[in-house]
Amino acid sequence: MIAFTLNGQPATVDAPPTERLSEALRERLGKTGTKVGCDAGDCGACTVLLDGAVVCACLTPVARVEGRAVTTVEGETPELTRLRAAFHAHAAAQCGICTPGMLMTAAELLTRVATPSLADVETALGGVLCRCTGYRSIIAAVLAAGSGTLASEVTGSVGAAIPRIDGAAKVAGDSFGADEWPPGALVVKAVRSPHAHAGFQIGDLSGFRARPGVAAIFTAADIPGRNAYSVIPGFADQPAIAATPARFRGECVALVAFEPLAEPDLAGFPVAWTPLAALSTPEAAETGTPLHADRPGNLLIQGRVRKGDAAAVLANSAHVVSGEMTTGFVEHAYIEPEAGSAWMEGATLVIRACTQAPGMDRDDTAAILGLPVDRVGIIPSAVGGGFGSKLDLSVQPLIGLVTLKTGRPCRMIYSRHESMISTTKRHPAEMRGRIGCDATGRITGMEFEGRFDTGAYSSWGPTVANRVPVHVSGPYLTPHIAAHARAIHTHGPVAGAFRGFGVPQAALWQEVLYDRLADKAGIDRLEFRILNALSDGNASATGQVLRAVGIRDCLAALRPHWTRALADARGKPGRGVGVASCWYGCGNTALPNPSTIRIGLSHAGEVILHQGATDLGQGSNTVIAQIASEALGLPLTAFRLIGPDTALTPDAGKTSASRQTFVTGRAAKAAGEALRADILRRAGAGATAELSLEGAEIVVRDGDATTRITLAQLPPDPHGYALSHEARYDPPTTALDADGQGAPYAVYGYGAQLVELAVDQALATVQLVKITAAHDVGRAINPMLARGQIEGGIAQGIGFALMEEYLPGWTENLHDYLIPTFGDVPPIESLLIEVPDPEGPYGAKGLGEHVLIPTAPAILNAIRHATGANLTRIPVLPHRLLAAMKVPQ
Amino acid sequence: MTDYARPQTLDQALSLLAGGGWKVLGGGTDLYPNAGTRLAGRVLDLTAVAGLSGITVDDDLRIGAATTWADLAAADLPPACRALQQASLLVGGRQVQNAGTIGGNLCNASPAADGVPALVVLDAVIELCSGQGMRRLDLDAFLLGPRQTALQPGEIVSAVIIPKASLRGRSAFVKLGARAHLVISIAMVAARLEVDSGRIVSAAIAVGSCSPVAARLALVEAALTGAPVAEAMDRVRAVDVHAALAPIDDVRATADYRRQAAVELVRHAVAAALA
Repeated sequence: MIAFTLNGQPATVDAPPTERLSEALRERLGKTGTKVGCDAGDCGACTVLLDGAVVCACLTPVARVEGRAVTTVEGETPELTRLRAAFHAHAAAQCGICTPGMLMTAAELLTRVATPSLADVETALGGVLCRCTGYRSIIAAVLAAGSGTLASEVTGSVGAAIPRIDGAAKVAGDSFGADEWPPGALVVKAVRSPHAHAGFQIGDLSGFRARPGVAAIFTAADIPGRNAYSVIPGFADQPAIAATPARFRGECVALVAFEPLAEPDLAGFPVAWTPLAALSTPEAAETGTPLHADRPGNLLIQGRVRKGDAAAVLANSAHVVSGEMTTGFVEHAYIEPEAGSAWMEGATLVIRACTQAPGMDRDDTAAILGLPVDRVGIIPSAVGGGFGSKLDLSVQPLIGLVTLKTGRPCRMIYSRHESMISTTKRHPAEMRGRIGCDATGRITGMEFEGRFDTGAYSSWGPTVANRVPVHVSGPYLTPHIAAHARAIHTHGPVAGAFRGFGVPQAALWQEVLYDRLADKAGIDRLEFRILNALSDGNASATGQVLRAVGIRDCLAALRPHWTRALADARGKPGRGVGVASCWYGCGNTALPNPSTIRIGLSHAGEVILHQGATDLGQGSNTVIAQIASEALGLPLTAFRLIGPDTALTPDAGKTSASRQTFVTGRAAKAAGEALRADILRRAGAGATAELSLEGAEIVVRDGDATTRITLAQLPPDPHGYALSHEARYDPPTTALDADGQGAPYAVYGYGAQLVELAVDQALATVQLVKITAAHDVGRAINPMLARGQIEGGIAQGIGFALMEEYLPGWTENLHDYLIPTFGDVPPIESLLIEVPDPEGPYGAKGLGEHVLIPTAPAILNAIRHATGANLTRIPVLPHRLLAAMKVPQ
Repeated sequence: MTDYARPQTLDQALSLLAGGGWKVLGGGTDLYPNAGTRLAGRVLDLTAVAGLSGITVDDDLRIGAATTWADLAAADLPPACRALQQASLLVGGRQVQNAGTIGGNLCNASPAADGVPALVVLDAVIELCSGQGMRRLDLDAFLLGPRQTALQPGEIVSAVIIPKASLRGRSAFVKLGARAHLVISIAMVAARLEVDSGRIVSAAIAVGSCSPVAARLALVEAALTGAPVAEAMDRVRAVDVHAALAPIDDVRATADYRRQAAVELVRHAVAAALA
């Protein structure tokens, strides 16, 4: 028995002495506020105070705390109290998974240095990774907590920079996929392929099954339903548990369920591997044996956009540039590895897990398990970052199978390594083509050919192949275009959705060529972009006539910054300035994409928002509620959120494609307006009447007339409410024809970013100085959360450009796979541009993915400006840049 | 069943160790990343052994093997140790610095161990203890290669000794990685220089992450010795740096880049030590 002080109180724990302190705190003492991101000291999420000093609980043997004081995020200290308030006020917690580690680390800093400097904060917090915020809001929060200058609380609905409404939970240590499980839950572990391609045979299981602590073993033969899924119907090809062969390193081939607190040791599991030749590049795969028999050439799908005659106009254009760009696999690296638990409620299988798409999880899990959809319930936990990868199934069918087969609750928590090897990645791209302009600098045409490595299974490969040709023009008027993208299977990791669905790769190719084209035309690089920027009434590459086009406003907003930045850089060796743009269609590409929202008024006078959109930290809980509040005309404080939960909330679709603010926002607006209209009708009041809640009464003030509706007296409606309304919104789009012509999106968002940096001439290291980001959000429903998206997207763009490349077998942890840390993200100035879209709620457009797209090309353009180096491959690691700098220009 | 001991005295630790079969645990920052929910096997935790932590000066400087990076960074040490203290603040984040120990860093014997180049330029001597007694090895006799040391069964590293003669001059450490924090070095350099009347009278320079074990740059040291301070940069010749290195290609950088970067980093470190 180990006795120590936990958060000021005496505590004891009976644990093996070398058990990780994080494990003992979470599993034996129920203190799940301490999060586990890596079990290796690489991320700092599990930071606790040991006698006042920060340590990683994952690296600390629990025996070592005997007689000492441990403080976790569940504790209360004056520093923690101030920091919680500051993190909340500054939106320094997005998903919240790193927040406990950040808070504990900052608390230790404040006890050492009462009013720390910016450098103090960066140094002290440098051991904690965040994947959402880009760190700047965290720095601001710690500085504010130190100086005691907390902003006063903002209130209001649409347009108000209110703190996130789920923020209190985030700064207390929110409940993620790994943090709740039923008593007695079995612990599920997966046996995974160590080979990219291998035949395998599972041996006699009786010996392993008889091991102490082993409750059950399952293989592909145990799957009762269809052992094939995909996020896109018609492409179902990925088994939940593979039958031979395994097609990528990390593929699940068997499950073992262990009794609680048994050592879940898979060593010695009887499986014999026969490694097979692996197709590791699309080039090899296009002539290799198909991974899937019905996909010759390993071609999953191709997308095409053709307008005019690009070849002809390029032959006659004054200036033409051609070029190539290559990108690698990129890992999402959210700090929360996939996790969840499952249990039976009567005949219903309930799965609580981190996810971006509860509705799709329910449908696919039901199909795999051979259950009717209404016998599966999905309850999303708080999600510790997703960025696209948690759109795909991970633990859901696995824990569902174990619970369904054993009748017992179970849980599964991926290790960092398991998360990295088994989940989706950004598609590697090999892109080439030409862009031309006339003598005055106006774009004449573009040819683009892109080959994307979609890995072993389909996942979101079709979306990438379709989105890329639609977007590769960038937000520029391109009269003639021939763009073609194909997604090729390899034995690499499954490439899926990652913030931008291939558009960041395509923009990198296009925007880097634009700089060279501007130079050829002798036009300032920013002015070249303004000259060619799309305007209202222009037709896009798909022939869609656009409206509410904000790119010109974004670029124009950068003009003074551009002039100043160029002046700052002039005469300074190694200093460079770059700019790049983005546009991005919000929602599914030319496919139905509805959301439904329900708002109820309870008999007790509460406004209940059934909000099925999962909030990954981007803020949909807050933004959708702000829209509903505005539409209904009741203050946000009167609202209570329910969900997401497939049993309680209507389907608000998946959190992807920058669609929630727009699509679910429109549904929330319509539901709020319908409820308001109902109330006004009952009160006989006009449209401008003001509503308020006084206890269980709605008070309607219309001029001098006041009407009270006593909710308790209304009969319950079918949902049990005094009043409720539900609204569905599906964005109007049209299908794309064989040439990719049509109106694939109802709303587009636009943006442009300006990067200032310095390149060390000898070491070829890149120091970012400042990034200025102008994004047209249509209407900033919540300006603070919008800025948080911009800063976080930029941080991921920085990683994409400068350091991130997932290499199977080499970078399967967070010290070999590098993501930006404190100090890698420079000061960011966000300019929120509002060109309202008639289709968006209150004019709002999507933002979540747009923000990542311009960063990497702007960085490459700034590097070229600084050094002359023409880079054709990212990440721009120092050795690559040094080699490029030596190529004569 | 796990067997775990956290002895209070060196004698207890050594007598336990003599029984064999123990995994020796320092800060845990290298052992835990490869463990499951707990460290398997018999674990001998050295962090409570009296006299194994802390820094004492008695002619030579003695750094207990279980001294943490944070303790090293906070200690009041002569300017010759500045490189070591700077390196202490670049090992992982503060969480790792509060736990990781200098002895553990040595025993882990990574070519990228951030503590080693600074110890090389301090001519560090490794003190090893076992039931049979105590012995001392020069650092280059202790570190034999990647993940290889001269540590014998039943033996622990008890201290790192910096000879008094090496506590002269000033030192500096520079580290190069692909991001700001928490980064395994592409290359790193420690330099210790003694200056008298405007001339460098002795030079010790070591490069890490560019050879199986951090390498000392004998030719550069010779070229700097006797040089006027103002000429120091010119005396650092690429060919002299390269002569001592055997870098490899890995996910962080190419060998060719490491060779070039090392020259630049040596100049940075020399300049910083002279500043």
